[in-house]
This record gives sequence, structure tokens and C-alpha cells, in this order.
Amino acid sequence: MNIIASSTSRPTARALTAEEKHEIDHEMTLYPDKRAVGLEALKIVQKHQGWVSDESLMGVAEYLGMSAHELDGVATFFNLIFRRPVGRNVILFCDSVSCWIMGCDRIKEHISNRLGIDYGQTTADGEYTLLPVPCLGDCDRAPVMLMDGEQHRNLTAEKIDQLFAQRALNKEASESK
Amino acid sequence: MAKITVDGIVYEVNPQNNLLQECLSHGLDLPYFCWHPCMGSVGACRQCAVKQYRNADDKIGTVVMSCMTPASDGAIISIADAQAVKMRSSVIESLMISHPHDCPVCEEGGECHLQDMTQMSGHNYRRYDFKKVTHRNQNLGPFINHEMNRCIACYRCVRYYDDYAGGKDLAALGAHHHVYFGRQEEGTLESEFSGNLVEVCPTGVFTDKTFSEHYTRKWDLQTAPSICTGCGAGCNTTPGERYGTLRRIVNRYHHDLNGYFLCDRGRFGYGFNSSDNRITEASLVSSHADEKGVRKPLTQQEAQRQFDALTAGDVVGIGSPRASLESNLALRARVGVKNFYAGFSAEQQRCMQAVIAINREQGLHCPDIRTLEQADCVLVVNEDITNTSPRFALALRQAVRNRAAQLATDARIPLWQDAAVRELAQNELSPLFILSPQGTRLDDVATETFLSTIAQQVALLSAIANTIDASVGTAATDEDSAEQARRIAAALISATKPTIVSGTSAGSEALIHATANVARALRKYSVQSAAINLCFAMPEVNTMGLALLMEEGGGTLDEALQRLARGNADAAIVLENDLSLRTTPAAIDAAIAGTDSGSAVWVVIDQLHNSFNARAQLLLPVTSFAEQNSTFVNYEGRAQSSHQVFPADAALRPGYEWLTPHDPLSPLLTTSETILFHSAQTLAAFAGAEKLLPPRTGMQALMKSPRQLHRYSGRTAMHAHSNVHESKQPTDRQSPMAFSMEGLSLQKDSSLLSAAWAPGWNSNQAISKFQDEINGELKQGCKGVHLLQRTLPPQSAMAVNSAKAGKKGTFVVYFIDHIFGSDELSAKSPAITARSVGPYLCIGKSEATALGLHQHGLARVSNGDHVVELPVLIRQRIAAGAVGIYCGAEINRHLFAGSVSVAPVNEDDNVLARSRQMFSDLIINDSLINNSESGRG
Repeated sequence: MNIIASSTSRPTARALTAEEKHEIDHEMTLYPDKRAVGLEALKIVQKHQGWVSDESLMGVAEYLGMSAHELDGVATFFNLIFRRPVGRNVILFCDSVSCWIMGCDRIKEHISNRLGIDYGQTTADGEYTLLPVPCLGDCDRAPVMLMDGEQHRNLTAEKIDQLFAQRALNKEASESK
Repeated sequence: MAKITVDGIVYEVNPQNNLLQECLSHGLDLPYFCWHPCMGSVGACRQCAVKQYRNADDKIGTVVMSCMTPASDGAIISIADAQAVKMRSSVIESLMISHPHDCPVCEEGGECHLQDMTQMSGHNYRRYDFKKVTHRNQNLGPFINHEMNRCIACYRCVRYYDDYAGGKDLAALGAHHHVYFGRQEEGTLESEFSGNLVEVCPTGVFTDKTFSEHYTRKWDLQTAPSICTGCGAGCNTTPGERYGTLRRIVNRYHHDLNGYFLCDRGRFGYGFNSSDNRITEASLVSSHADEKGVRKPLTQQEAQRQFDALTAGDVVGIGSPRASLESNLALRARVGVKNFYAGFSAEQQRCMQAVIAINREQGLHCPDIRTLEQADCVLVVNEDITNTSPRFALALRQAVRNRAAQLATDARIPLWQDAAVRELAQNELSPLFILSPQGTRLDDVATETFLSTIAQQVALLSAIANTIDASVGTAATDEDSAEQARRIAAALISATKPTIVSGTSAGSEALIHATANVARALRKYSVQSAAINLCFAMPEVNTMGLALLMEEGGGTLDEALQRLARGNADAAIVLENDLSLRTTPAAIDAAIAGTDSGSAVWVVIDQLHNSFNARAQLLLPVTSFAEQNSTFVNYEGRAQSSHQVFPADAALRPGYEWLTPHDPLSPLLTTSETILFHSAQTLAAFAGAEKLLPPRTGMQALMKSPRQLHRYSGRTAMHAHSNVHESKQPTDRQSPMAFSMEGLSLQKDSSLLSAAWAPGWNSNQAISKFQDEINGELKQGCKGVHLLQRTLPPQSAMAVNSAKAGKKGTFVVYFIDHIFGSDELSAKSPAITARSVGPYLCIGKSEATALGLHQHGLARVSNGDHVVELPVLIRQRIAAGAVGIYCGAEINRHLFAGSVSVAPVNEDDNVLARSRQMFSDLIINDSLINNSESGRG
């Protein structure tokens, strides 16, 4: 619905990129109803933009012919649709029961100290965001965390140090190329 | 009928309903939150748990949600069962976990469904001592406060606002313990029916912002049953007063009309009552040589004496469609029928005559609002009902869901299974066709909206009638409109309850006849020869009442003004009417010049100051709807009583009291009742109206009903700042109600029900205790008296003159109405003013481009003689060759009726910024999408 009620201070819809549109169009062929694509469209935008800004939300809503209010209901229902900017790497750290028994609190403390961030925060350089997650389905190898789509198991402080050191090295290498 | 057993007692129930509804219908107390009589069940809150047993031998039973369980024959349940009681008290304890302890400062307190249900469920001690979840609130505009911390997450608000009222901008955001009901971004709630959230929300999340300005507890308000004066729909309201000012308006249940819901104009448009614009004293322009032209205040006695002296001779009386029937009758009696003139234009009077004739014709039926909700195919002709008769629009949003009801019935899903029915139906809606010069706010649920000028609409209606019945109307000339006519005709023919809704806003008699012709043609196909539903929205509260009075003789406004211009009268009395809204300034100037030359005087009786009554010699202040007893006749011809809520300031009197010569020797006290009784006896148009008067028998003859609740406080102290002696309560000699707590209180009798209250039920949801069943009629309720009888035989279709085409290079003008601003009185209420916009021009994209007009820029609009500069709103959805003008309070619409030419004006950035700001507050639907196209991949 195109309701004329726009004041200058409010965010306005961002035009979706051709790539985003192309992927959303594909999803549309799979559902009888445009609005059913809402969640997939938000995931597509997040894949490309890293997160879903108000402008992106409005852009998607406009593209699907639904109200931004309704779509935000979908977006905010799911914890992993990010409505605030996140770092380039999102660490999903399990704090559920098996990991807790296996001492995940200490590991989390270690990560927090190393990166200088707590749950829900992003490092100043925009590299990492740390989020708690209830269970990654790998309880026999707890503690577990997910970073960059890769599951890291049987975590220890040493493993964490290795991991971040390795990443820093990799990053340096790719920058010097 | 089926039988169920509740705690050992057998009740007769309707097996189509659920257990909760049937328990409430039988007066049992069973707590609930998410269920609403109009919105069915979703089983979200778990508060209505009861124990159900499989059979008489089952002693263990299972706990079920009564709202989700059908009241099937033989069901055995227990409300009092210990396990069910325990369950309900645990549920309320969980719901209350984050609820603040702020009842003393909460505006819902004292009429809070949550308070009532908490008490009923037996939760009184807080065991949870962790931090409560808190939220940030949003500014939702001038009507509604937002206090999310109080939310118990019953989801009623979104189910009402989005699902029932078709709103798009309130959503359930977030999940589990931090679910948040609000907008995606802060801002004014866009729905025209947002105010009902105040009553739908079981607690204080959504409260009335206008009421906050001068808040009073429900039990301290003085109330009386009243009728909304916002339009001609006749919705029932309960205004509340404290310390001499009107504090708020809430819904009053009427089975046939408004049900549980009002529009925002009706709910928030009461502020004009205490506005600075109110005429508070009588005044007379002096005619003495030394102080000529000076307006001097008068006492009431002086004013009455002057009034009687100045209007002793041959007097022209001009009535009003916004004044009560009694005041119009009193004016007519005072000046005589040959001197009585309608307060509306000749054009409107002709339209009204046509509408009344149609409403007397057999084979047609004027649907009440509940019947509108039951229509399975609707054709809306020209009238922008969301803005002129808003409650109709809410009803049509229910009508389009009859398709869902049909699908659910076929799938054997009970209709109260709200979520299941919606899930089943998805985007399926019953057909709704709209003919309109511009996109409307109902387009999102319309099958098709045909953008067309009046002339095109008349032609299309003729073609529809012709398609239905070849002997009627004229076939379409081009293939496109023939195809459109076929689509609409086919849908109307295949419907079992086809319904046509129009109005008189266009002022076109041809359109009214063309609309009626479609209904007449449809009779051929009507199921079991049922009458065809056809109704016309009325712009003002008593338009129909005045039109009926004019059936008994009298002239038009134009005749009155011409007579005055000729100097052929000693005085003119104008009753509650701003004539500058009814005719051109030239006509008024001529009439005033005519009276000046003959030294005749103008007497205006009115509520608010305006540019017209500033010119009257004698100005008399009149009481508002809340300060007098009145009868108003709605669009159906249903006369309803509106009772005085509180005594007005001593200087103010009802119109009928000013007008009826006071004879101290007469034994008859002239009251609204005696005037109504007398006219019911003497005027054929009002035969039967005396049935509105309260019975004078039995207890009621001896005792009055209280206007104040039994808990009303402060009566002995509220005047203590001026006098330490307790003042006597004002006496009311005119009505069956008293300005007091004493009297025959209404425990079961709804004949004078204002604020519903029942033991344990302090919120408005106590209304279920006064209904004979849930959603049923009120016990002993008065639904009004139908004055229009279907006495004329069915008419054949009338020939319709096609409207004349405009000159080349000009545009056909249609006038835009806005729910906030188009009604003269409510527009002066601060909350409504905050939502109103100034005058503007609407034009289509291609026309604007051709003329060189910019969005939000300025245009010069001219009809040859008159020119006005207006901000431009370029719309996508507008009939070709037409321009819309919204007049607001500034522009006289009679100057620009017909056709106009439009030219661009050079605007500067200031102008652009100003109009952009203005248009940012305007909520219209300019979407290119209709329902049939939306939601499809």
C-alpha cells in the first residue's frame, strides 16, 4: 500500500539491487503468495548487506507489496535477522545446557577479553559480533560456537587463541597481496 | 438448540458457538482476554480454561480452553473445578509477571478488564521478584497514548487493528517475553478506526489521549445515552462529563448500528464543546445612534425579550440538518410552515427527496450497519464512505470476509475459529466494486475500483442495470465499459445479499436515480424475492430528519435567501446553521443587503462562532448535543433519542427553548418530549415517533434513572471552593434521568443504559451482561423508531438525464471529504484539528505534466468568476479529466462546483515546504493495487 505519509526526517525505502531482486524473484516462483517470501527476502538482503536496515526493510516491503510494519513483525520475530549492523564475522556462541556444563562461561569470558566485546556487541574495527545462541546441535562436542558458517567444537582457551591468531595471519596475508 | 451442563446445571445453547461465548451469554463469570465477541477465538491467552468431562461417569476430566471448544450437545464442563481454578490463577499470574504496579496512575484503572479478570481469577500476591521487562513507548499521534509496559500480550490489538479494521501500521514485533505491539517507526496510527484500540485493549496500553488532557475515573463521570453527531449513521455513544466539561466519548452498544466500534471522528471529535470558539453568551448589535454597530452582551432574559420583540412580525425561519428534530420543529411552529425553509441547498433538497422516495419503495431495503456486514457483494457508488460515513467502511471490511465465512462453512470450520478461518481463506474476499473519482481507502479490499466522473458513473450504472435487465437503462457505448458492466452485474446477480451503498455528497439527483435503477433491476434475481439492499449515507446527524420535515411543506434555502434579498420579511432566524457552507457568498450578501435596506434583523442561534453568524444582529448561544435532549434521524430514517449528559452553563439553552415562546401561565412545560409528542400526533412524517418517549408507568413513572454511577465521588466537595454548603443537585424536569447517583439504577434494563457496569465487570465489556446473548440485542434496549415505511409500490427504473459535459480546456470538479475536517463541528476539536489539512487540489499525473504543475506546488484554480490558489497533490489514481478540491473550512465549495480551469503558479521553496509538511499528515490510499492483484507472485 502506498500511503502518502512521508516526512523528510523518516527513512525512505532503498531500491533493491538487481542481484537481490533476481534472487527474490526466484523465491516468488516457489510460493503462491508474494507476502510468503518475506522471510526469504530478508535473508537475501542480509546476505548481501550484512544486516537489514530500515531502508532495506522498506525496500523489501515495497517490492513485496506489503506494509513495512507487517514485514518488521517477521524480521524482529527471528533473532538471526539483524536489524542493527553487525561485524563482518558473527560469532554465535552456544550458552545452552551442555556447553554450560562443559564450562562455556570461561571460554566466553576469554573471547570477551580478547575481543573486548560482550554479548550483543561489535568490535571497534567492525570485525566481530558476539551473540549467544541456544544450542548448535553438537552437544557431544561441547563447548561449541559457529563463526563464518564454520562450527568450532571442543573449545578451549588455547583453541580460541589459535583460531583468532590464525585469522589475523590470514587477514594480513590477504591484505599484503 | 443443544444442551450443555455447567457445574451440574443444564443450559440450552447454540452448538454453533463455543463454550466461552455460551457461558457468558448465560451470565456466568468466566475470565478471558484474547477472545472478543466480534473477533472470535484464537486460544492465545489460556485464561478461559475449564474442566471438560467425557460423560457423566468421567470424574477426572481434562482442562480445555472454553473459547476453543464447541458448545456441542451433551458437553459437561465445570468452571468451579479446583484444577481449572488453579490453572486460571496460574495463567493470570504468568500474564501479570511484567505488568507494572501502576494502577493508581493508569487511565484504565477502574474500567480495566485486566483488573476485573485478575480479581476474578484469584491472583492477588506477587511471587515473581525478578526484573520486569520494560519497553520504550511510541508517539502514536494525537488520539492514542502508548504504554507498552502494561501489555499482557493477548494480541487483541493487532487482531482488531489489522485483521478486523484493515490497518497496516500496527504489528506484533519481536517474540516471546519481549513482544512489542507498535509501529515499525514512531508515528500517527493511520487507521480511521484506531480509537477502538482504547476499548479493545484489555488494559492500559492504548488509552485515549484526548481524555488524558482532562482525565477522570469512569466512576466519576456523569454519562447519558447519546447519539454521535459526526455524520448521519446514528452511532450510539456514551459521552462523559465532569466539572461541567465533556471529557470523552466511548462506544455504546447498538445491535443494528455501531455494535462495539466507533470511528475516530465520533470518538475524538467532541472537543468543540469546550472550545474557545463556543458562543457563551447572547449578544446584540446595538442600533442606537451613538454606539451603532457595537456588539453588546445580553442576559438570558434580555436576550429572550429582544428575540421575541425583533421576531414578532413576518419572519423567515431557516432550519438545520445538524440541529435536533425538536429545534427544527420548534422553529417551524414559531414561524409557520409557509415561512419555514430548509437549511440545505435546493440541490441537496432534491437529492433528499429522491432518497426518501427510494426509502419508501417496496422491494428495496435500507440496510442497517449490521446488515451491511452481511452483504456478499457490494457496489459502492461515488461516496467516499471512509470519509463521509466511516462506520459503513468498517462494516464493508467485514462484508468482504463473507467469502471466508462461506469457505469455512463448506470446510465445516466454525466461524469463531478466527485464525483457522483466516488461514483457510488467505486472500479470498467477497466482491466489492467501487465507483469513485479517485482512489479510496477501501481499495485494498476492493475487487475493482472504477475511476470515473459522475457522468461516467451514471453511464456505467445505466449499463449495469441494462446488463441485469435489458428493459432498463442503456447499454454501454464502448466495449470496455460494457465489459466492466458485465463483471459487476454478474457478481451482483450471483450474490445472495447484493448491497449497494451510495450517498448524497455528489449532490447529483441523476446519480441517485441511476444507483436505484441498478437495485430495481436486481429485484428480478433476488433470492426468494428478498428486498435488495440499497442505502445512502447522510452527511449530517439530522439530514434525514430535516428532509422528512420538509416533506410536510416549506421552501428551500435558495427561496429563503431570495425572499430576504427582496426585503420581504421582518426578520430571519437561522437555526444552528453556517449558511456560508450551504450557498455562495453572493447569495448571502444579497440576502443581508435586502434585510439591511428594510431594517430587518438576522437572529442566529448557534454553538460556535463563525464568519457567518458574526454578521447576525442577535446571536443566541445554544446547547450542544451533550447539553440537551434531542432526537436525531439517521440515514435509515431511524429516529433515536440523545439524552442530555450534563446541565449547560446558565446562558445556554436548547434551540427549542429559545424558539418556543415562554408562557409562564401555561401549565405545559415545553420540553423536547412534548414537542416530539405533539409532532408525532400532527405530522404524518413523524407518526410513531412518540414510541421513543420513555414509559411513564410502574417504577419508572416514580423514579428517575441516575446519570452518575453508584461510586460517583466528590459531590459534596466539588463546589466547596465557591460555597461550603453542599449545593442541591440540578433537577432535570425534562427527561427520565437525574443528575444524581440516586434513582432506579439499571442493573438489567438497558433502556437508558449509558455506562455499562455489572458486579465484577467495570470495563465496557460489562455490556455482555446487558445483552440477551453475546452479540444479541440489549435487554429492554431501545433501538429507535423507523419513521420511513415502505408504502410505495415497486417502481420501474427512472429515466436518468446524463450530466452535461464541461467546456473544452476545463476539468470536471469533484469535492473531496476528509474524516478529520469535513464535519463542521468536530473539525473544531483540537485532536481533530491536529489531524486536519488545509484546502488542496488533486490532479492526475498526465494532466499535471501537461499543465506544468509540480507535486506540492501551487495551482491557480478558476471557474471564470472566482480564482483560488491551492497546493497541488498529484495522484496516480484519479479519473481522467477530473480534478478534486478539498475545501476545508476556507473555501466555499459552491463557488467551484461544475468545472474549472487550472494553471500553474510560480511557487517559492517556502510554499513547497509548507505544503509538503501539510501533505505529510494526509493519509490517503493512492496505491495502484486492488485486492485482486495484491499478494500474488
